[in-house]
Amino acid sequence: MSDETKPGLKSPLRRKLLMGMAALPAVSMLGRPAFADVPATSAVNTTGLAVTDSEVTVGILHSVTGTMAISETGSVEAEKLAIEQINAAGGVLGRKIKFIQEDGASDWPTFAEKAKKLLVNDKCAAVMGCWTSASRKAVLPVFEQYNGMLYYPTFYEGLEQSKNVIYTGQEATQQIIAGLDWVNKTKGAKSFYLLGSDYIWPRTSNKIARKHIENHLQGCKVVGEEYFPLGSTQFNSVINKIKLTKPDVIYAIIVGGSNVAFYKQLKAAGIDLSKQTLLTISVTEDEIDGIGGENIAGAYACMKYFQSLDNANNKAFVPAFKKMWGEKTVIGDVTQAAYLGPWLWKLTVEKAGSFDIDKIAAASPGVEFKGAPEGYVRIHENHHLWSKTRVGRAKADGQYELIYETADLVEPDPFPKGYQ
Amino acid sequence: MVINSRFFNRSELLGFLALAVLLLLILPLSLDIFRLNLVAKYLTYAFVGIGLVLCWGYGGILSLGQGVFFGLGGYCMAMYLKLEASSVANTKIQSTPGIPDFMDWNQITQLPLFWKPFHSFPVTVLAILLVPALFALIIGAAMFKRRVGGVYFAIITQAIAAILTILIVGQQGYTGGINGITDLRTLHGWDIRTDHAKFILYFVEVVLLFGCIVAAQFIRLTKLGRILVAMREQEDRVRFSGYSVANFKIFAFCAAAVFAAIGGAMFTLEVGFMSPSFVGIVPSIEMVIYTAVGGRMSIFGAVWGALLVNFAKTSLSESFPQLWLFGLGALFIAVVLAFPNGLSGIWADHIQPRIDRLFASRKSKSAAGLVADGAPAE
Repeated sequence: MSDETKPGLKSPLRRKLLMGMAALPAVSMLGRPAFADVPATSAVNTTGLAVTDSEVTVGILHSVTGTMAISETGSVEAEKLAIEQINAAGGVLGRKIKFIQEDGASDWPTFAEKAKKLLVNDKCAAVMGCWTSASRKAVLPVFEQYNGMLYYPTFYEGLEQSKNVIYTGQEATQQIIAGLDWVNKTKGAKSFYLLGSDYIWPRTSNKIARKHIENHLQGCKVVGEEYFPLGSTQFNSVINKIKLTKPDVIYAIIVGGSNVAFYKQLKAAGIDLSKQTLLTISVTEDEIDGIGGENIAGAYACMKYFQSLDNANNKAFVPAFKKMWGEKTVIGDVTQAAYLGPWLWKLTVEKAGSFDIDKIAAASPGVEFKGAPEGYVRIHENHHLWSKTRVGRAKADGQYELIYETADLVEPDPFPKGYQ
Repeated sequence: MVINSRFFNRSELLGFLALAVLLLLILPLSLDIFRLNLVAKYLTYAFVGIGLVLCWGYGGILSLGQGVFFGLGGYCMAMYLKLEASSVANTKIQSTPGIPDFMDWNQITQLPLFWKPFHSFPVTVLAILLVPALFALIIGAAMFKRRVGGVYFAIITQAIAAILTILIVGQQGYTGGINGITDLRTLHGWDIRTDHAKFILYFVEVVLLFGCIVAAQFIRLTKLGRILVAMREQEDRVRFSGYSVANFKIFAFCAAAVFAAIGGAMFTLEVGFMSPSFVGIVPSIEMVIYTAVGGRMSIFGAVWGALLVNFAKTSLSESFPQLWLFGLGALFIAVVLAFPNGLSGIWADHIQPRIDRLFASRKSKSAAGLVADGAPAE
């Protein structure tokens, strides 16, 4: 924990800034940018993006209707908070950020249509958006064709790298390997039962997990692997199999509403998570809200961020978020990653001294954000983030208690050798 | 009867011309390429709508599974485009170069057999038309020969839509799963992503659409079309007259399937990907809604319905990102409650009579004293 807070506190200026953030939105009235050192628009925008002398337009593209709305709302809220804080701190290159929000409606072609609208019609300088892999796959050709910049917040399966995307969530190896090593070392786990919803992210993640278990962990084996359709609510048969095979670890990558049924049925079947080790990479605080803390208490989750993290950045971030969006809101891993998007973009633009997409794509590697609620992050050459992997244990109140974190930042490796 | 025996009667001709002027002149001249491409996307649903007018409006067969055929057509096209985009040079980063990326992610090392025909463009075009037709033939034969109809048929088509979605999502190594088939680039070496290509594709699609309108009109006006209507009104009477009701129903269903498939294939070209989200129950029902709003008895109504509903969808969601679904829902309820025959019903009840009067008064001026030979028939 302790080295966690260091990068954030190095500069007293940064600390002041963070305290300022917490005092939003009162500060936003005062914090007008100084006009003296604002660079000319013609110099910082040579490709016709929506940048004026006083404003720059970005897009927010998430589902606020449809089945994904429940997950993506947190991301929208985090992005709006970040934008407001950046504006309060003087904007980007002296320009206030204005955002245009579009609804992807949980529908992949709508995402593609809206992405095109944000880039072609609105000339957005950057877009914060997407959540599911399917929506990202749908918009990726649009961003590449029209040369836009997407900040994508979700942990995902990897196997992708684009000049036009900054991945602020973890790719699969960052979320999986350290967690498996931890459970193997501290719990002495030897047998694993892999579960997942049936689509690309759980399948790819379990593939990496299986390779790691079989090839890298001494004497460990996978005793079962099963998938369920999205939205499935029948887990009784697999729970019976788990009872028969008695794996040391249940490794669960079940997403969305299915989680509610899964954890309730697990509890009803008498599997006590305080005795049976369960490790998940798909349940954040947001999901626990729906599952009910009492049903999942005792389970372990491997993420990079928990709302309960004890560091100065997070202590400023959580109250600011709650002040803007209500006391009852919870902040999950992806919400935090979404919060990084506007900040990383701002820092990159200022490093490049330009809004031009080509220049910020080139300037991205090496950009570091010391004010990240998760601690400290840096953009890798492959446009993913260096970040720590953490294991938390779910408590009945719906929060995670931090159990373990990697000593160093974990390198993102979207095309892992030996894991494909 | 005089007017009705012509291919288009006066109001239909007017409708045809109005649509042609709108789609071929007004929209291309007034919209930028981004909006024109959106119109092209809307129009792909008009193909489905035309099919539904034939099969539901005229034949009385409500299919809640047209997404299946839309999807089959779209997937056939997407498979061809994906193979072209997955050349060895483009995919050298993969462990098995030369196969689509999602197969590589799913540890498939060889192109599956059923993908192989899609290396050829002519075969693909044939597949777009024949695969859905054959599938509709099998479903139709199984249902209609057993005299399954009405609500039961609608439920079964819906179940088929659900099954096919689950199949596509589950077999992601072969189908791309829930992500669908994405990142399509060229058609026979021609880059479909450029603005120029989008412009040309739009016109290709409009021409195909008019082809389908004419084909549907032809079916409607033949004896076949009359039998369809007769079947809808009094199925037993048609059967007792010696007609094989099942065969006519199968034909209407297959025709609707082929129209939907053409729409699906064009959708893939216009939007640049295909995913199971167009195959399932929700899109299938949406397609029925477009047709209902446009008017299920009118071929042109279906085209207008698809255009207007989708236009409303885009513009409402751009202006009110969080509330637009409610607005759209309210619009549907209002249209269906107030105008059960949809937009074409509004046209026929309120606008058409005025135009008729206009024509009639002109005619009576010019042909005063003569016998009014072209007076409204029926």
